[in-house]
Amino acid sequence: MEITLNGESRQVPDHSTASQLVETLCLAGKRMAMEINEEIVPRSTFDERVIRDGDKIEIVGAIGGG
Amino acid sequence: MNSQIQQNIKPGKDPLTIAGVEYRSRLLVGTGKYQDLYQAKQAIDESGAEIITMAVRRTNIGQSPDEPNLLDIISPDDYTYLPNTAGCYSADEAIRTCRLARELLDGHSLVKLEVLGDEKTLFPDVAETFRAAEVLLKEDFLIMVYTNDDPVAAKRLEEMGCIAVMPLAAPIGSGLGIRNPYNIATIVENANVPILVDAGVGTASDAAIAMELGCDGILMQTAIASAKNPLLMASAMKKAVEAGREAYHAGRIPRKRYAAASSPVDGLFF
Repeated sequence: MEITLNGESRQVPDHSTASQLVETLCLAGKRMAMEINEEIVPRSTFDERVIRDGDKIEIVGAIGGG
Repeated sequence: MNSQIQQNIKPGKDPLTIAGVEYRSRLLVGTGKYQDLYQAKQAIDESGAEIITMAVRRTNIGQSPDEPNLLDIISPDDYTYLPNTAGCYSADEAIRTCRLARELLDGHSLVKLEVLGDEKTLFPDVAETFRAAEVLLKEDFLIMVYTNDDPVAAKRLEEMGCIAVMPLAAPIGSGLGIRNPYNIATIVENANVPILVDAGVGTASDAAIAMELGCDGILMQTAIASAKNPLLMASAMKKAVEAGREAYHAGRIPRKRYAAASSPVDGLFF
């Protein structure tokens, strides 16, 4: 199925969870936050959060700013 | 917090209280625009700042996964992070950013809310700022809010429940200094929450002037990071903020048009 990740289309296996996506992206254990379709997905729920076709996912981190 | 001169203040003992936490430093600084994160950390340490801002942006997917991360180099265990909503031009964008920041920092609720209204000046969109603050306050965010140097807007934001109000001194990154000292002084006089000048400071004297007006603190980024020598400017700003604060408490002499001799006239021998 196809999702939009940080503004770009990406194929992910059907029934993937947020955890699996994070693993695939080598972001497991990194400081990051995720929202799916503009809703926060708490890290504690990554294992059970199933990604659906067409989901718009944003993964963000902290960077320097003023 | 108010314009009354406090006689009992002693040098070096005058903490800034933000959300119930006492800070020794009244200088808040940014973490961006430096050569690298290591220079940022050095500058922060020279400035003595304990509260530092950060931005929330998309993670680079698949690109340089080993690139050092801000929070690894400058640890949230050592500083109080103040995530900002820089780059947000609507209440909705700012609200999303704050929610992501809270998740990113494990439930840390302190945020710097800024909703911009104009790309050229980066002046705040105060109407959208009100709208964002209303939603975020209901979600128990602790909001330090960037706003115009407008005493009415500043008071409204305080009344809504923002824990600190941060009027601009001049446009972000402009270095123009305190463009409207009378409004800043009025905002300070009216306030029951900390007032911090956010944006516009160019050099140490600007910081001192803001503090002499009675501001509780200053938030700055470009003036330090884009100085020719950022570490030296960080040190200068630390001193300017401290000096300005002490001068404010000490109580400046009134301005007079004519001289008042410093040495006695009595005892002159000619």
